[in-house]
Amino acid sequence: MATTTLDLKKKPATVVIKPSKGWVGLNLKDLWIYRELVYFLTWRDIKVRYKQSVLGILWAILKPFMSMVVFTIFFGNFAKIPSDGFPYPIFAYTATLPMEMFTNAMTVASRSMVASGSMISKIYFPRMIVPLASVMSSVVDFFIGFVILIGMMLFYHITPTIATLWLPLLILLALVTALGIGFWASALMVRYRDVGYIMPFLSSLWTYITPVVYPASMIPEKWRVLYALNPMTGVVEGFRYALLGSTSSLSLPMILASSGIAILILISGLFYFRRMEKQFADMI
Amino acid sequence: MSNLAVRVEDIGKQYNIFTESTKYTTLRDKIVETIKKPVSTLFNPAGSEKFWALRHVSFTLEHGQVLGIIGKNGAGKSTLLKILSRVVEPTEGIAEIHGRVGSLLEVGTGFHPELTGRENIFLNGAILGMKRAEITRKFDEIVAFSEIEKFIDTPVKRYSSGMYMRLAFAVSAHLEPEILVVDEVLAVGDAEFQRKCLGKMSDVASEGRTVMFVSHNMSAIQRLTQECIILDQGKMIMRAPTAQAVDYYLTNDFAGDGERKYSDDEIPTSAHPFKPIAIRTIDKAGHITDNLVSTDPITIEIEYTLAQDITGLRVGIYLMTSRGEYVFTSFDTDEPEKYQKYSVRKAGHYISRCIIPADFLNSGRFVIGMNASSYMVKRYFADERAINFNVNATGAPGMQWVELRHGPVRPRLDWTIEER
Repeated sequence: MATTTLDLKKKPATVVIKPSKGWVGLNLKDLWIYRELVYFLTWRDIKVRYKQSVLGILWAILKPFMSMVVFTIFFGNFAKIPSDGFPYPIFAYTATLPMEMFTNAMTVASRSMVASGSMISKIYFPRMIVPLASVMSSVVDFFIGFVILIGMMLFYHITPTIATLWLPLLILLALVTALGIGFWASALMVRYRDVGYIMPFLSSLWTYITPVVYPASMIPEKWRVLYALNPMTGVVEGFRYALLGSTSSLSLPMILASSGIAILILISGLFYFRRMEKQFADMI
Repeated sequence: MSNLAVRVEDIGKQYNIFTESTKYTTLRDKIVETIKKPVSTLFNPAGSEKFWALRHVSFTLEHGQVLGIIGKNGAGKSTLLKILSRVVEPTEGIAEIHGRVGSLLEVGTGFHPELTGRENIFLNGAILGMKRAEITRKFDEIVAFSEIEKFIDTPVKRYSSGMYMRLAFAVSAHLEPEILVVDEVLAVGDAEFQRKCLGKMSDVASEGRTVMFVSHNMSAIQRLTQECIILDQGKMIMRAPTAQAVDYYLTNDFAGDGERKYSDDEIPTSAHPFKPIAIRTIDKAGHITDNLVSTDPITIEIEYTLAQDITGLRVGIYLMTSRGEYVFTSFDTDEPEKYQKYSVRKAGHYISRCIIPADFLNSGRFVIGMNASSYMVKRYFADERAINFNVNATGAPGMQWVELRHGPVRPRLDWTIEER
């Protein structure tokens, strides 16, 4: 929608409503005016997520932890998949934790627009807030799961190095990718409910093409940059580098490839979302 | 600077009927459709699947004015409000809005059942565009207005629907926008709460804020607005002072003379299993007519079918003057023995008939609204201006004086004059 909003506090603000054509600007100013709504929706999602479940917030720990246990038994012990010389459980957990956050954020965000249908068809606010808040709410689960990781590092006597400082950027990389996919998928889902069936499938597929149960060093050297076009490769290998000090398979070109693609997904998602936005209220 | 609050110029909104009816498009449908498209456009000229929910609507509104928007269901009222509150984008035209718009399109939007009243006030406030500091400042006022102090920390899913509505309205009503857009919220809640809502709305209006008010409730329209626009089939028919607009809306555009038949596409699916067939006014001689005489009894007939048994169904009428004042409300099971006998009304074909006694109505134009509902359970069907008729008071008491008799009724009362 082509609209111009001045600051809500200045009176009277003038809004011009007219049909928009084709690709439209991102209107990030409006997003800034409504920034508190991002906070409130994120807070609502977190607050509501584990209501009426017996284990409550424990689920945030159980999901990556159980995956790690299963991976350790089958891939680590039976299939004897190498783990770059680290104990397999922590090798797997440093990957399942960000991966769980990523797939969770992506899935929740993809459903967010349809789930907020009643709000969208009644009240104006920048629609981008909806998938954004969904992605933000998945970060909380991540930090709860992170407590287990700290416990495991103590258990295996792994001392964090200065490389740990890379973590915030790696988390951001995962979130940027999830948000980009979330913009694409949530906008598509308003039109095509098929997306709802694709997402779980996409999540598990994405876990296979990411070095979660196996190290990226298993991929031949010449294919690695291509392999890192999956931004989660950069994230997972980055996590292992930052936390465990694993250097065997991560290179600067890989991180650059991952970051580049992530930003591309986000920007294209943003523009696609904005283009579809004017139809949301009519179609949802 | 001009005092203009809203300027709407040639606004139009086109909907695609195809997309509307098949809400959930799947990729498979899309593929099939893409293949079929060249074929279908060949047989089906483009544009036949589109319709204008609103077209060529223009008006201006100054700050401090209260404008009523009236029209039948599907006339485009809600579409207009949705465009002005930026929920949907117009297909053509331009609108300028000077000031913050607060909409009461549907109160309680974004309320989450699992969250407490307190949490929902903050969440809903943020969705409506309030800053956190602003909500905190008004919090006590909102709680006091909604009268739910005791339950403020209870999840709203445990609220009664009345409490829920009160809280939702309270948040919206404290938004304090320069321009308030209201759609039918007064249809909910008990009488006391409705009175409070109306009070709040007149406060807003008297504070010099602008209000756009959509309602089917003509008495509320008359109390709150000075001017109205009438929409019909997406077009603006007139803009006039409220009294004139309401009179026009209630008395014009009627199909039959003394009979209103309902076609299938006029009956919402929510009416099922109740299906209205017709409503008629019949004179003393048994003729269907809309010209009736006050000194004769007037028969009103509602014909309908029930596809299933309905428990507690009552079919009835509202009688209104052409100015929208209610004269009376009456249902076919008002009498206790009928209420007993028809506690479950079997599926079938019915006519509910009542007689307005002779020497009761004053001369003038009257409007009958129809309602079929089960008390506190469901309103199956309502048509607030189903049919209208003229009453001629020739021969009524007091006709020897050529004067306007006030009031909608002109009963023949049994006067005695006692000389002492």
